[in-house]
Amino acid sequence: MELERHEYDVVVVGAGGAGLRAAIEAHENGARTAVVCKSLLGKAHTVMAEGGIAAAMGNLWPEDDWRVHFRDTMRGGKMLNHWRMAQLHAQEAPDRVRELEDWGALFDRTPDGLISQRDFGGHRYARLAHVGDRTGLELIRTLQQRTVALGIDVYMECTVTRLLTGPVAGGGAGEEQGITGAFGYWRESGRFVAWQAPSVVLATGGIGKSYKVTSNSWEYTGDGHSLALQAGATLVNMEFVQFHPTGMIWPPSVRGILVTESVRGDGGVLRNSAGNRFMFDYIPDFFRKETAETEDEADRWYEDKKNNRRPPELLPRDEVARAINSEVKAGRGTPHGGVFLDIASRRSAEYIRKRLPSMYHQFKELAEVDITAEPMEVGPTCHYVMGGVEVEPDTAAARVPGLFAAGEVAGGMHGSNRLGGNSLSDLLVFGRRAGLAAAEHALKHTGGVALPEAALADAARAALEPFDREGGENPYTVQQDLQQTMHDLVGIIRTASEIERALERIAELRRRVADLSVEGHRQYNPGWHLALDLPHMLLVSECIARAALERQESRGGHTRDDFPATDAEWATTNLVCVLAPDGGVSLTRQPLPQMPPELAEIFEEVPG
Amino acid sequence: MSYDATFRVWRGDATGGDLQTFTVEVNEGEVVLDVIHRLQASQAGDLAVRWNCKAGKCGSCSAEVNGRPRLLCMTRMSTFAETETVTITPLRAFPVIRDLVTDVSYNYVKAAQIPAFTPGPRDADGAHRMQQVDVERSQEFRKCIECWLCQDTCHVIRDHEENKAAFAGPRFLIRLAELDMHPLDVLDRREDAQDQFGLGYCNITKCCSEVCPEGIHLTDNGIIPLKERVADRRFDPLTWLGSRIGRRPRS
Repeated sequence: MELERHEYDVVVVGAGGAGLRAAIEAHENGARTAVVCKSLLGKAHTVMAEGGIAAAMGNLWPEDDWRVHFRDTMRGGKMLNHWRMAQLHAQEAPDRVRELEDWGALFDRTPDGLISQRDFGGHRYARLAHVGDRTGLELIRTLQQRTVALGIDVYMECTVTRLLTGPVAGGGAGEEQGITGAFGYWRESGRFVAWQAPSVVLATGGIGKSYKVTSNSWEYTGDGHSLALQAGATLVNMEFVQFHPTGMIWPPSVRGILVTESVRGDGGVLRNSAGNRFMFDYIPDFFRKETAETEDEADRWYEDKKNNRRPPELLPRDEVARAINSEVKAGRGTPHGGVFLDIASRRSAEYIRKRLPSMYHQFKELAEVDITAEPMEVGPTCHYVMGGVEVEPDTAAARVPGLFAAGEVAGGMHGSNRLGGNSLSDLLVFGRRAGLAAAEHALKHTGGVALPEAALADAARAALEPFDREGGENPYTVQQDLQQTMHDLVGIIRTASEIERALERIAELRRRVADLSVEGHRQYNPGWHLALDLPHMLLVSECIARAALERQESRGGHTRDDFPATDAEWATTNLVCVLAPDGGVSLTRQPLPQMPPELAEIFEEVPG
Repeated sequence: MSYDATFRVWRGDATGGDLQTFTVEVNEGEVVLDVIHRLQASQAGDLAVRWNCKAGKCGSCSAEVNGRPRLLCMTRMSTFAETETVTITPLRAFPVIRDLVTDVSYNYVKAAQIPAFTPGPRDADGAHRMQQVDVERSQEFRKCIECWLCQDTCHVIRDHEENKAAFAGPRFLIRLAELDMHPLDVLDRREDAQDQFGLGYCNITKCCSEVCPEGIHLTDNGIIPLKERVADRRFDPLTWLGSRIGRRPRS
């Protein structure tokens, strides 16, 4: 077998914010580090983040500090977050933002010359460091340029298909089973490549491409979730999938493309076909104390946060998405089946173009809508998976020695629902921690791992299978059927009977994937690439469906029509997925880690 | 609202290829990338094309549409008559890998050669203070999504492979301008801009600004001011004298 081989201390899979931040940290701690990514450098999904990076820097509201941010994050996740992750995240985010400036990032400024911060859903104070509405681009370009300046090796357009495990020597604990490297292929040539390394950091992002309407790109096929499971790690909170309330809905070809929450943070409101600000009808008891009751109060809040409460349009995303869904179902939707998002009637054209230049451009170019003059039509779109690899909070270590996970592929940080702006900060905080811990682990085990030859040969054989079969099904058709299944049966509102049907269909799709064939040859062949992504998508979809069936309550990004209330017992229970010996997914219940009293007190002290 | 369009798509690899003709369905509101995806799903499963965000934010799906450098995801089908044949070819300035995918490593090589951002110290309280008006000049260039359309269209390298060694292309000239205008950066890259990155090759025909999907004024706001700053340094007698007096013989 022809195989290109490399040796590193740390291999980072994924080159979005978490991957690049992990690579920078591993490199700076003396590890020989490589980044492997499916696209060109700088194109990862982070580039699409718009609104900003949540960090309690207190530049506009000195009252803000990490304790308020911690509280907002936990409440946004309906208290199912891993408290330690939420604590580290809130404490460290400001430093992670400041260091981006040392690497060249140029955020928008306050009149005092500090980093400006904007309002967002679920955040008590204006907290999001931003650059217009293209913050993700600034983040990825800054980290990309830093990675290049440090001379870190980047394997672009290279897909990892297997994590390799085996005996690991060193570290003083004798021999144990752990990570020994990774196997993949170059997209350009189709040739195989293997990296020997005692540490692998997964930073592969999410799973949205298993859904029909999504803001995610082709890359979001759940590779990291699936690779981790297959290597023996666990996934937590997989039932929680975030539907962003505002995706484009018209024309059909742009359905799902993200409309930033900044539109609401900067003053935009949601209206139904009768012109009503319907969010006032959907304020849940959990947030009633901190949410405005009248339009006047809501409008005053932007300028005076002390004496007014937050507009209901800025409730956490799960609440807003469900409300939009209900309005449309009740027949109060727009002509194309969404609701209106209106900033044109509330802010000047100049303000809108200055604060939301990408949105202005996106609607003008793709929908022929001038958002400074008319409302947008929006509806929910699959955006983010809260669930992911179960990790130890301080080190981002998975249950397999040598395996680390950071960013969207990791689970626990966001509980049942992520607040907007907390993703970019999550990438930075836990990307850095994963890189640091991966370097430390690797330096203890340098020279202690070897590539398992039998596993390499097996990985190569598996990757070439779709070429060996003649007359099988087209991978694009199977992907469309999976997307339709997840959209229809495990979407924003769920019931037991529908999820059971989804599981039957997933089993059937698994049989079809085993019989796929692809045309052409190995050189840059998207059909083949999709055929290799599909097993990941199916495995992750099964995790989502099984966990969604098991959790008989509604909470955050998991809404059960047959169990519409939250349940006290489920409030302290996590669902954990492992790979069963037969290749299926098995679920276990696990108690939620309990926060120490000094953190629990924050929920008493910090006013609602 | 749908109709059948005629598409001619270049298919081949480094050894050669040709335009292949397809008849393909087009629906209301679609962009060229939607049609390419329909071709992949229904007629040409192995048709190679790069794409990611499908919203004009990542700069992956660059190609030439009827000979003009464009993002496939931001080119609406409604800009063509239903009877018009739409021709899609790979970026001409870069070597073909397969079909619409080209080898753009030239850009990554140039990016790595640019002397990195070098900040001055933070204020005593740990913050960097900058005024909005001062950051906006560099922010314009940081809007760049690295789609390489400016590189593709620039006549210095479009049909002149031999210039690539000496010329970094418009994308990296504005990167140099960005760093030059960055309020925190303390490094002087003007000599490098001229000697290593070929600033003098640009004769400001503004083709790069015309194709930029982000509307960046590469020439007017980036390259011309950079040329002026380089000229200041080179031809200012006081600067010249200062550089002579301060210079020490190499040991």
